[in-house]
Formats: sequence, C-alpha cells, structure tokens
Amino acid sequence: MTAGLRPGDRVRWQGSSGARDATYITDRDGMAVLKLDSGYNLGVPAGECTFLARAPAAAPPCGAVTQDPNLPELSIISTGGTIASRIDYRTGAVTSQFSAEDILRAIPQLRTVARYRTTQIASILSENMTPSLWQDLARAVYREIGKGVQGVIVTHGTDTMAYSAAAVSFMVETPVPVIFVGAQRSADRPSSDNAMNALCSAAAAVSPLGEVAVVMHGGTSDDRCAIHRATRVRKMHTSRRDAFQTLGGPPLGTVKYPSLQVDLTPDAARRGAAPLRLRDALEEHCGLLTFHPGLRPDVIRAFSGYRGLVLAGTGLGHVSSECVGAVKGLIDGGTEVVMTSQCLHGRVCDRVYDTGRDLLAAGVIEGEDLLPEVALVKLMWVLPQARDHDAVAALMRENLRGEIRPRSLHGP
Amino acid sequence: MDPDVPSLTAGIEIHQQLDTERKLFCRCPTLLRDTKEHSGGFTRFLRATESEMGEIDRAALEELKHVRRFTYYTYDTTCLVEDDEEPPQPLNPEALEIALSVARILGMNPVRQVHPMRKLVIDGSNTCGFQRTALVALAGRLPDGTGIDTICLEEDAAQRVEEGVFSLDRLGIPLVEITTAPDMHTPEAVQATAEYIGMVLRSTGRVKRGLGTIRQDVNISIAGGARVEIKGVQELDLIAEVVRREVRRQQSLLAIRDDLRGRGASVERQPQDVTSLSARSGSRILSKASCVLAVVLRGFAGLVGREIQPGRRLGSEMADYAKRCGVGGIFHTDELPAYGITAGEVETLRAHTGAGTGDCVVIVAGTPEQAGCAAQQVIRRAAMALEGVPEETRRMLPEGSTAYMRPLPGAARMYPETDVLPVTLDEGAWDRVPVPELLSDRAGRFVKEYGLDTAVARQIAFSERLPLFERAVAEGVNPRLAHRALIATPVEMARKGTDLSRLTDSQYLSVLQAVSTGKAAKEAVPDLLAALAAGKPEAEVLGSLTATLSPAELDAIVARVLKDRETFVRERGKAALGPLMGVVMAEVRGRVDGKLVSEALKRGLEKVVK
Repeated sequence: MTAGLRPGDRVRWQGSSGARDATYITDRDGMAVLKLDSGYNLGVPAGECTFLARAPAAAPPCGAVTQDPNLPELSIISTGGTIASRIDYRTGAVTSQFSAEDILRAIPQLRTVARYRTTQIASILSENMTPSLWQDLARAVYREIGKGVQGVIVTHGTDTMAYSAAAVSFMVETPVPVIFVGAQRSADRPSSDNAMNALCSAAAAVSPLGEVAVVMHGGTSDDRCAIHRATRVRKMHTSRRDAFQTLGGPPLGTVKYPSLQVDLTPDAARRGAAPLRLRDALEEHCGLLTFHPGLRPDVIRAFSGYRGLVLAGTGLGHVSSECVGAVKGLIDGGTEVVMTSQCLHGRVCDRVYDTGRDLLAAGVIEGEDLLPEVALVKLMWVLPQARDHDAVAALMRENLRGEIRPRSLHGP
Repeated sequence: MDPDVPSLTAGIEIHQQLDTERKLFCRCPTLLRDTKEHSGGFTRFLRATESEMGEIDRAALEELKHVRRFTYYTYDTTCLVEDDEEPPQPLNPEALEIALSVARILGMNPVRQVHPMRKLVIDGSNTCGFQRTALVALAGRLPDGTGIDTICLEEDAAQRVEEGVFSLDRLGIPLVEITTAPDMHTPEAVQATAEYIGMVLRSTGRVKRGLGTIRQDVNISIAGGARVEIKGVQELDLIAEVVRREVRRQQSLLAIRDDLRGRGASVERQPQDVTSLSARSGSRILSKASCVLAVVLRGFAGLVGREIQPGRRLGSEMADYAKRCGVGGIFHTDELPAYGITAGEVETLRAHTGAGTGDCVVIVAGTPEQAGCAAQQVIRRAAMALEGVPEETRRMLPEGSTAYMRPLPGAARMYPETDVLPVTLDEGAWDRVPVPELLSDRAGRFVKEYGLDTAVARQIAFSERLPLFERAVAEGVNPRLAHRALIATPVEMARKGTDLSRLTDSQYLSVLQAVSTGKAAKEAVPDLLAALAAGKPEAEVLGSLTATLSPAELDAIVARVLKDRETFVRERGKAALGPLMGVVMAEVRGRVDGKLVSEALKRGLEKVVK
C-alpha cells in the first residue's frame, strides 16, 4: 500500500524481477510510480512497495543573487505564466518560480539588463483568467508604475494573454512600457523560449516604448522577438514559438537576440508620451458569439439581459436573415451589439448587402477592423463610461489605443 | 577470464533502430535523407537547467564550454514535433510491441506502467535539449548466463552534419536500448554477447538493417582503473579489439600514475604567458596566435609522450581536453623539436618557464580566452594522471582506439515527460506480444526441412533477404535455387562490380519463377538479374524467353553452327570450342544450361574433327 507514503520516500520494491530500492513519487491510475536509482520512472502495483525511510529534506537553492543598483528598475508581475521553473530530479517535480531571486537564478542574464522587484497577483492557468483578475492586474500595473519603475513585465500564460494585454491597455494609460510575456515551450526544457522571451521583454521594458505590448518569439529561430501592440495581437498557432502575430499591419518593433537591440517603428508610442491614468471599471455581462451557418436565433436570444454582445459575423459582418430579428430583439431589449468579422483580417462594412443594411437598421454597431476578442474587452470597458447607445457607438468606433486602424493598409 | 587481465569487468549497451512505419512520438516516416534535400532550417540556443542541487549536470556543463547555438535542417518528411514546436504524439504502439517482443525473447519482466522520461542532453543533438526514453522491461538473462539489466525504448538523436549543425531526419526514429549487466570478463565475451543480442534483434524481422542502424556502447573498467563508456562502436568485429585497447589504456595510465608518484611529480596550477617567445617561432600556429600559454608538469618528462594505446599518448588525452576550448591541439616537450619548433626554441621555453629536464612543458595557442581555457583543461587532465584513470565517456576512433568525449553523465538528469501519458500494460497484453523464432533456430530448421548445409542455412537466416527467401520457397521455388539466386549470386556479382541494389523483390521473384517453371535455365539467373538491374523492362528480359530447349533441339542448333563455320572448325580443331561457345550461347541463353551447351559442342566438334 502507498497509504502514508510521501513523494521522495525511499521504498523497497519487490516485483517479479526481484527486489530493489527506489524513490516513491506518486500514485497514478492505481499504480505506485517509483523512480529507480538509474533515474527511470515506472509504475508498479502499490502492494509491491514497502516503506524504508522518509524523504531527505530537499536542499535549498544555493548562491546569493545580487542585483546591480545602477541599472534601471523593472517590476515583474506574475499571474501564473511560467517564465522560470526548477526541476527536482529526485522526484521529477517541476516547480514554477516567482520570486525575483528565483527568476534571476534561472535566467542570470536578466541581471545585465535591469534590477527587478516582483509581485504575484495570481497563480492560475490563463484559461482561468477572469475580467475581475484583469482589473486586479491593471491596478497592480498602475501601482508599480506609480512607484517609479522604468517598465513593467507581466508574465502570463499564453492562451489568453492577448485578452489580458488588451484589457490592461484600455484600463491603464501608461507613460512606460508594459510588456506581457510568456513561453510556448515549458520552462524546464533547455530549448524553452522562456529565457529569450524574458530577456527580450526586459530589453523592451527599458526601451523608449511607451505602451502596452506583447513580446514573444518573432520566428521559430532564436534570433529575434517581435513587439506586438496589445490591441492588435492574436495567438495564431496552438504550439509554435511565434504563435503571436500582429494582425492588420506590421508589429511595433523587434528585439534582436542575443544582442537585445530594440528597434521600434514610428507607429510605436514613445516613453513619456501619455500620462499615467487608471480607469478600471468593466461591465462583465458581455458575450462574444461566432455566427455559423444554421445558427438558431434562440442562441442569439440567449444573450438577452446581457449589457453587450460582440458578434463575429461572416465576411463583411453578417448573420443569416433568419437571425436579424433576434438581433433586433436583443438591441430593443437594451443589449449593445457590435459586429466584427470572423475573417480577422479586414474591416466590417454592413452597407454593401441587404442583410448588413438590415442589421444597421436594427441598431448594430459596426466594429471597424477590431479583432473580435479586442471588441469584447473594449465593449466591457466602454459600457460603464457611456451614457447611451450613441455614446457607446461613438467610443466603439473611435481609435483609443491603436485597436482600430483608420486606414486599411496594403499587406496581409 | 583473460589471464592477462584478471580484473576486467565489462557490460554493453546496444542501440538498435526499429523499422517502424512512424517515429516514436510523431507520425513522420522513419526515413533517412540526403542533407542536400533539406527544405528549411532554424537556429536555437540550448541552456542547461539548474538541478535541485543548484548544480548543472557535469556532462551538460562540459557542453557549455562549446558553442551553444545550433542550426537544424528540416525536410518534407519531418514535422513540428522534431522542431520542438509541437507536443509529442502518444508513444508509438508498434515500437512498444517490438521492444516487448525483444524483452520476451530475453526472458525479461515487463514494466506494468511505462513512463516516458526526459533525459537531459544539451549537445544539440535533440532540439528539446532532452532525449525521450522509457524503461520497458527489467532483469533478463541470455542462455550463457549474462544478465540483461534493462530494455528501454527511446528516440534516436538528430544526425550531426558538421560542428553545430544537425539534420532532423533521424531525430525521433525509435530505438531499443538493451543494457547488459557488467557480467563480461574477456574481450571475446563482450563481442559474443553483442553478436547474440544483435541476432535476437534481427530475429524480430522489424529492425532496421545496415551501417549506423545498430550502435554499441561498451562500459569497461579494470581493478584500480575507472568506469569508461565507449560510445558508438558500429562494427561488431571491432568490439573485442576496442575492449583490448581500453584495457591496455587503463593499465598504461595506472603505470604512468605509479611512475609519476615515484618521481614525486606535480602539476603547476598557474599557466605562464609565453606569447612573446613565440612571435618568431617556426611554427605558424604559434607565431600567428594572439596568446600562447605554457603549463609546466614537474616530473612528467617522457610520460606525456608515452604510448597508452596504438596511436594514442597521454598527450593525446590532454589534447582532447584542450580541444573543448576551441584550440586545434597542444604541443608538449616530449615530442619537440618538431612541427617547425626548433631545439633552440625548446631550450628558450624551458629556461623561461624554469622547467628542468625531468619536466614536461605543454603549450597551447589561440585567442586569450581559448588559450586560457585550454591551459586549465591541460592542468585538469594532468592532475588526473596523478590519480590514475578518469571516469569518462569516450568515442571510438577508426581502428579501435578511443578519444575523450565528455565526463560520464551524472545520475540526476532525468525527469518525467509530462506531455506523454504513461502506458499501462495489462497481463494479457504481455501474453499477446509475439515471440519470433530466433534466427539461429530458423537456420537449424532450414537444415532439417530443406536439407541445406549448415553454413548455407545460417547465411540465409542472417541475410536481409530472409523474408524474400521464405516467400519464394512458399511459392514453390526450390530452396537451393532461392539461396543461389537471392543470396549467393548477388554477393558474387557485387564482387565483380555488378550492382544489383536496384532490383526489387518482385523482380527477383519473377526470375525465380521463370526458372521454376522451366522457362529459363538456372545458369541464366546472373544474366537475367543483371539485365533487370541495368533497367531493361521485365517484359523484354523475361518475355523473350521461350521454353527450355530439348537435347535434340540443342544438337540441331550446334550442328547448324558447326556447318556454317566449317572452314574455321577444320582450321582450329578442338580449340574452336571457346569461340563457338559464345556463338551458340547467344542463341540459346536462358533456355539451356551452359554446361549442356559445352558438352553438345564438344560432341559435335569431335565428330567433325574425326
């Protein structure tokens, strides 16, 4: 029986191949997982193990970490995205590291770029992020900038990093760089993108940039990171290092690796250009719905009572004629409906076809070239500020944080 | 036990590529490519991760001395999994079944729940920085009593194209790794064990064949020596020689240690800068280097140059360590004057460094960083000589001597591959694992069932064309004919320079069927195979064959040929046989045995001559 065994305990395993001593790791699918002294794990029937000795205490990490007081100060705010981790080869456990000391121990080169203070506001997988955590995050960013740091780095799981970055971008006007960063490959592996992304994000955070951005690999090679505007970036691949892409134009700049040279385009906001301001109210009763052929009007009506709904329509911004009535009913009931396109690239125009004109007549707000997710976050942020439908429509269609490109440029 | 080496202990690790349809953790084919065909590439850095002790694994640390930026070639037969851009697929069940099959033959105990692990490797040969490996079975035994410790299923590494450049075609091909107990005590026993395990692997009929598909690592130690792992012995015939040479190397190093201790030898820990002495050296390496450092080894004279293995000296070992820092090698006074360095230069060097005639001076040249690093490596290795034999991973050189690769890896370099679920084997699954007939048993059966000679039967059983042989025999081809056509003839023809490697199984079978049905004579087989291998269409080569000639028909043809060339025949007499043989054969090739043609011609000639 493995009852009473703790990870790391020494046990004797008596199996058909003879008796041998091993380290108990955990229980899995009814088996006891042991680590042999060769380093290999294997699962054995629990009844074949007997306790020998308690786990020796894990050695504390050694080596003091010193920071250079002459370098600019950055703040690292962690939400649960793992930028640094430590492996206990004794048990095979991989633990995420959040303190400045531990992060610097894992990525020592960070010490050549800046000195750091760290805050942890959450320890969650990014799919568990919520609008109220976006608010906590925005307040933490605002607080840290208020303390005078030269830039902020937010470590975040990559799944919903673009949503959080957009949310912070709307809630915090910033004079300094606020850089969201994560890793697509786990931090325990020697090939992880964590170290290069972290170093590039630190370089971007001390650079002349003055807005909220995502800094991640610019290609599959370890040669440069791209700096993406928080309101134009989208995760476009499930697993590649360069999953994050700026849609509708080029990124704000690049950070070369390993030189850490930062190049910004003229489009990138510059340090000090905006005042520090926090506007952190959000209306959480908003939804995002992708239209598809055959979608029943019932599904649209299910949003009745919501304060806002973003539709990711087809093409120029359409739902079926059958659904137009349901959309009108929703709007008449007080829900603000914003149309975006599931094409992701290009601008919505509901004036070309009859269905579009019917949607406009029903009161749908054209979402310009807003990305559907960005439109959702923006609508949450706009609703508490706008007194009526016209004010909502005006704010939704105004470019506030670079989320709308007034002109559709050539290129992808 | 070898009387010369009363204390040899050796074990082997055998790595064999499996002939699966897909790779171990992705759906790419297990296909090796020409690097010229690569369709793209990328570059990466690998970083050593900190272990729980706050230490970096010592083998990993050694790799850090090297360039850490790696370039990888991709192909249309590789995918994002090899690029470390996508999580791995579940463990390939076909590969697991083959590994279990081998485990059953070796009488091993299967692991109930197989857990894929990550084994830290940061020499660039794995894009992730680790190799995925899983322990599949434990504790088996060979018929001669040698213990088999473990069998693991692992992914093959990427192939090194040049320094820092790797090709991803090989990465992920499934391998079984079989580790024996350290039960062998003679070089011959090591080789015999490797041969037996190789036979077991090939008995599955599901392993890759050819050079590079099987690699042996040999673990050796002698009493008072140290455990040394020799990597990548590809030729089976060399294993015993490798072991013999390693024993000799360890014995020599121990003798050198004893001599050094007897002399009260010591290593000066501080290298001396001799760059200014070297500016006008006859050696271009020294005169061109921006930094030249000297290390004085007190009491080492004559021992650095002493041979420890054919072609290898203690100095070669120091050079291997120094090369980790990017220098081309070292010079030492045991081998000087030479390489453009004059006796006068050596005198000056000795005087400058305060080295006496009993001392050896080692010089390294390069950039200040390279030379500094290399001098420290020389000092490290020289200090080890005072201790005896260092624990090392070594690589084999062409003749069977070895060179230093890196320290033996520490134990703490494995942790779970969390992206792959463990595989639980129920007892029924183990019972369903196929146990193939051993090739040695199959050879015995061929002797019994087909009345073949033992040597011939073994040749068939161990041949790559065994499956084709069995298919031909099942289709009614005479076993002797099948052996001749499929195994003996191609070997003979290859020796004569005829390349049959392009022939397909079905072409071989067509030729065999033509002989079996009497459409072609068995003597015609080499010609028919050569014609097909030369690219002639099968319809043309085999379609033109008419039925075998009867003796009467043959006699008629011979008589006609003799009549047509009557003058020639009368002039040359019996000596006309040779030239006429060609004329008749041109007409009857493939339809009648050449021996019968010769006999018919002889008879005809005798009549005419009389």
